[in-house]
Amino acid sequence: MSILDKKISELHQLLHTKELSVTDIVDATFDRIHQVDGKVRAFLTLNEEFSRIKAKQLDEKLVSGADRGLLFGMPIGIKDNIVTKGIRTTCASRILENFEPIYDATVVERLNNADTITIGKLNMDEFAMGSSNENSGFHPTHNPWDLSCVPGGSSGASAASVSAGEVLFSLGSDTGGSIRQPAAFCGVVGLKPTYGLVSRYGLVAFASSLDQIGPITRTVEDNAYLLQAIAGNDPMDSTSAKVDIPDYLASFTGDVNGLKIAVPKEYLGEGVQPDVKERVMEALKVLEGLGATWEEVSLPHSRYALATYYLLSSSEASANLSRFDGVRYGLRSDNSDNLIEMYKQSRSEGFGEEVKRRIMLGTFALSSGYYDAYYKKAQKVRTLIKEDFTNIFEKYDVIIGPTAPSASFKCGSMTKDPLTMYMNDILTIPVNLAGVPAISVPCGLSDGLPIGLQIIGKHFDESTIYRVAHAFEQATEHHKAKPKL
Amino acid sequence: MSRISKDQVKHVAHLARLAVTEEEAEMLTEQLDKIIGFAEELNELDTDYVEPTTHVLELKNVLREDEVRNSVSVDEAMKNAPAQKDGQFKVPNILE
Repeated sequence: MSILDKKISELHQLLHTKELSVTDIVDATFDRIHQVDGKVRAFLTLNEEFSRIKAKQLDEKLVSGADRGLLFGMPIGIKDNIVTKGIRTTCASRILENFEPIYDATVVERLNNADTITIGKLNMDEFAMGSSNENSGFHPTHNPWDLSCVPGGSSGASAASVSAGEVLFSLGSDTGGSIRQPAAFCGVVGLKPTYGLVSRYGLVAFASSLDQIGPITRTVEDNAYLLQAIAGNDPMDSTSAKVDIPDYLASFTGDVNGLKIAVPKEYLGEGVQPDVKERVMEALKVLEGLGATWEEVSLPHSRYALATYYLLSSSEASANLSRFDGVRYGLRSDNSDNLIEMYKQSRSEGFGEEVKRRIMLGTFALSSGYYDAYYKKAQKVRTLIKEDFTNIFEKYDVIIGPTAPSASFKCGSMTKDPLTMYMNDILTIPVNLAGVPAISVPCGLSDGLPIGLQIIGKHFDESTIYRVAHAFEQATEHHKAKPKL
Repeated sequence: MSRISKDQVKHVAHLARLAVTEEEAEMLTEQLDKIIGFAEELNELDTDYVEPTTHVLELKNVLREDEVRNSVSVDEAMKNAPAQKDGQFKVPNILE
């Protein structure tokens, strides 16, 4: 067993007994990356030189017995829409190809304080718009389980790098499913925290009322470690919640006896593959065997979530992405001699097709004469979707269903029609609209490709999600399955 | 009947500060029409008495003390500028 297959707690034990050094871990990490990333293509930028220096510094700490951070010596990959001081941050867009941030995102600062090592920056769909990583402005990332399939998106490379054993864990971001869907496709654990639990300061904004940063890991336990390090109020993000952060690791009691599970019939309906339904029913049986009960319920407004999401997220994106004007940073076109043309040419040369399409949709939905009919209407339907969840959580502890309607699909098979691609997110989007937390954990395979189980919880009740996910993980072998690379 | 015309698409592109070719305008007209048509299923719902959600958290005004703090230096601010002169961002002519 490679040292990269171990959990944080096991690695910490080996560091403690000096059987292993941080340098060993970082060496093994880069060996693995150089061995497999030519096939997976998860990284856009590697931070190799600095990582090795930092490993030495941490090893000195180990010898001197100085205080160690919660994630001491652990190598991490970071999605390329989270800014890292002095390390190129591109959002996988040509418009930011050479952008070097002048500050660290709050999550990066907190990880540094926890003594992690930033190994590099991970590919994604451009500006987090996409479900397959095929919208990267640079190159697609491949699914480690089958290199001809997509890793999901938009945090596709965050999931693929963890699945391929290139990094122990990674950070992704989730606006409509962008952590959970790739986690499902790559057979790893991905959590979208409650809106406001993790600071968005330094996350390049896509849709500000929906975006959340979250951890992608191989085990539920490691996921809780990572969330512990990054959660909590941040004065630099005015939408960050002021809530007490519990000890997430204390939620691993293994006890789900008496747990009340709601299973929305809309999440097992038309469009969801039979294999996916079967794996979810098997998972429910496992939880039943542990003393939980489940009932079918209805989230009646689910079918309106996709349209609501595309109107709201594109509207917010059209405003957020107006900052890319070729003046203060980013690509500037040389093909213009006045200011307005310079804006237009720079943006048109810098943004990819999907990003432009969403800016257009958002600008239209916000434009004079259409605002009430589209944007405001969608905000009202969002209220109804949110109330669906509130009603269910009055009687149940968690909601369970599949993460995505199918397993991963072949590269290039869904790029023709934007609407077909958007259907991938029908089971994850309602969660973002309601602002509640949800995790995807592996629950088996379909034709050799992983399927994800989605566990949705109440606002700020990540502890219950972790308790259920951990109990399920411990009762099954699914998380032990690994891709052959 | 189409929900959005090619002229409207060109107007929206101007508002969004995007340059589109005739070909792109045609493609976008077709694609946006389809997406907007899909979005119109929201009209099935009666929302006359529903409050819009702008934010999921019950946040009131978030205030902080008005304290003097360090800000970004000129060098840092100019670090990623595509064109600059004397510590200022340089842009093409604004006035003819």
